[in-house]
Amino acid sequence: MMKFERYEWLAITIMISLFIFVGFVQGWSVSLVILNMCIISAIMTMGVNISWGYAGVINFGVMGFLAMGGLAAVIVSYPPISESWQAGGRGLGISFALLVLLVITVMYINKTIIQKRNRYILNSLVIFFGILIIRHFYLNATHNIEDVNPALEGFLGGLGLPIIFSWIVGGFFAAAVAFVIGKVALGLRSDYLAIVTLGISEIVVSVLKHEEWLSRGVKNVIGLKRPVPYEINLQNTDWFINLVTYLNASKLNNIIDVSERQQVLNNLIIDASGIFVKLSYAILFLIVMFIIFYFANKAQLSPWGRMMRAIRDNETAANAMGKDVVKQHLIIFVIGAAIVGVAGAMLVTLDGLFTPSGYRPLRFTFIIWIMVIVGGSGNNLGAIFGGFVIWFSWIEAAPLTTFIINQLTSGLEPTNALKLHLLDSVPYFRYLFMGLILLLILRYRPKGIIPEKVRHS
Amino acid sequence: MIDFLNSIIVLLNFIVIPGISYGSQLALGALGVTFVYAILRFANFAHGEIMSFGSMITILFTWFFQSQNIGLGILPTALLALPIGIIATIILCIISDKFVFQYYRYQKSVPVVLAMVSIGVMFVINAIIRIIIGTETIKFSDGQKFIMKAKQFKVMTGLNEGLALKSSQVITILITILLLTFTFWFLQKTKTGKSMRAFSDNEDLALLSGINPDRVVFTTWIIVGVLACVAGTLYGLDKSYKPIIYLNLVLPIFASAIVGGIGSPFGAVVGGYVIAFSEIMVTYAYKKFFVYLLPSSIEPTGLVQLLSTDYKFAVSFSILVIVLLVRPSGIFKGRVL
Repeated sequence: MMKFERYEWLAITIMISLFIFVGFVQGWSVSLVILNMCIISAIMTMGVNISWGYAGVINFGVMGFLAMGGLAAVIVSYPPISESWQAGGRGLGISFALLVLLVITVMYINKTIIQKRNRYILNSLVIFFGILIIRHFYLNATHNIEDVNPALEGFLGGLGLPIIFSWIVGGFFAAAVAFVIGKVALGLRSDYLAIVTLGISEIVVSVLKHEEWLSRGVKNVIGLKRPVPYEINLQNTDWFINLVTYLNASKLNNIIDVSERQQVLNNLIIDASGIFVKLSYAILFLIVMFIIFYFANKAQLSPWGRMMRAIRDNETAANAMGKDVVKQHLIIFVIGAAIVGVAGAMLVTLDGLFTPSGYRPLRFTFIIWIMVIVGGSGNNLGAIFGGFVIWFSWIEAAPLTTFIINQLTSGLEPTNALKLHLLDSVPYFRYLFMGLILLLILRYRPKGIIPEKVRHS
Repeated sequence: MIDFLNSIIVLLNFIVIPGISYGSQLALGALGVTFVYAILRFANFAHGEIMSFGSMITILFTWFFQSQNIGLGILPTALLALPIGIIATIILCIISDKFVFQYYRYQKSVPVVLAMVSIGVMFVINAIIRIIIGTETIKFSDGQKFIMKAKQFKVMTGLNEGLALKSSQVITILITILLLTFTFWFLQKTKTGKSMRAFSDNEDLALLSGINPDRVVFTTWIIVGVLACVAGTLYGLDKSYKPIIYLNLVLPIFASAIVGGIGSPFGAVVGGYVIAFSEIMVTYAYKKFFVYLLPSSIEPTGLVQLLSTDYKFAVSFSILVIVLLVRPSGIFKGRVL
């Protein structure tokens, strides 16, 4: 269905060889860690690319959608805490019911009262007193929940299902939030939209940070169940030990001493178990990435994708041709956000913990955007390439900088203040690299490294 | 009567004075964003980092002056270092324009591309700041910290509640008044200011009338540099300097600019105060206020707080969203200087 050009094959080769290179230089474990994050980044990038590259809808809310995906991972996989439900479940239920009632009342008022001024006054009054009443039940309930075993739990817990389901649920969570944001903000001009989505994602994260009954807030949720085996279990499994022995047979056979041989085997098993776990993650993630890639490409080549390009390139003309621009914008915004949400759930799955305070715009929103721009907006392979390359340089910037600084300051004393200061600030050079990469790409290759293919059909 | 006075003092101490000083800082920041938006026509995400850069240079020279024992007595030494910081910020702005933004201006790129470019600039400045000064929290205010302490006020007036007045707050307010007066005088009365207004109103017409666009842009960056450096330094002086805070500050600043009506300098100033006051008023616990005002039988038991202080930043964005929904053009119809 799709044919890669020569430069695209080149890009794929570069991506694969980067990991093989790191594998030989820094070890396969490091290489796989970077690979896993690269795949997740590539999925996020595809999500943003779908809304920006296909339809020109800007989405700076990446961080918020990722956090929603992460929340899904917690809610799906954490075992339910029945005490918390007993302590505050009813209060929460009541406040939720009241909230629904409030929304219905406001909608009713909007429908029945036509005079604008009266409507505003009545609405504000209803909302104000409604919120006061809801807060009463809500604060009591959340307080009770947070008091349940606060050192370990203090939140509602989840459903106790396998975490892999959360990848889908995370998509739906993010899509729901995106639907609301889109309804509110999508009529705005693109740069307003950027600011508004950035702001709303900040609100989403601050809710997750401070509503402890829901997500444990800044206390973080740890120990989420993995979809892949644990290292320690693997090390005691027969088939795994046999596999490692078989793979390293020639090396082991050379060692004659039995105890030494056992020692070497044990070390090999420990190393191999780590790599096996990361490899299984990588395989799971790759499957998701290829599924999304396949469908994203299908969609782009379909009549729907053509309509999206038409809307992107000339909104007025598309509107005149009878395409519902507002609706299509909303649809593509939601789809893009859902994919980012999937990536968010995968990210939490990989880490095994949910840390709301870790969601910062610089680290997530802006880096993802750099990936999109660098890779090439409107081209899914470009998005994947951008995700891989940028995440790779984000990680490898530190060792590279250390090397460069050491080379440049090799003439100075090891205790030289400037040299020490520079070596201390090595982690910050990655921001410099990111900024420079973005500026250079925007200047000299504004369509990205792998630009969108112009199709004539 | 005494109770009434006490309650007023509570409001003054915890809402009005912090609100005015925080609002002034936001207003100066938002004014800078507005200038870039009205003349150069893009949303400058790097503005927070430009502010941070200015304060960093000011801090470095403050340290230098302190080590040389040069000071201003009761005033903070930072005021002495501020002009150097301003010059450095202006140079930064002009360099970034020459090497980065100018190209896209000549290409007539769409605003979104320029916003992306400004994100790149943001990353670079961010890295430079962190490499030079690190990420630690720095307190650099010296001199007399309080103009009036809460205790002094209590002794002076015999009231229960104290009214504290930090010197950084007074300096913030005075400098803001000075700078705003100068900026508006400049825009309304001088020839360059008028040409800037004309340029922001209708670029083609301004070009036809013989206005030199490069000169307008150059002046704009000078004004932006001054405003950004002063706003950043005042914020650092009032709270404390921490590089990461300025990135978070960009959002309320954008909110102020948009709420006031983006492109309108007066709107930006008003927006700054609106955002600052709503952030403080929504998250302030009014218990003390009501304790004084109401008879003891119906005193509130809770904190009487609309939202917990955790949601400070969320408030500014909720206001932004509401304003965009109800009145998309902002409080004052914007787009023209």
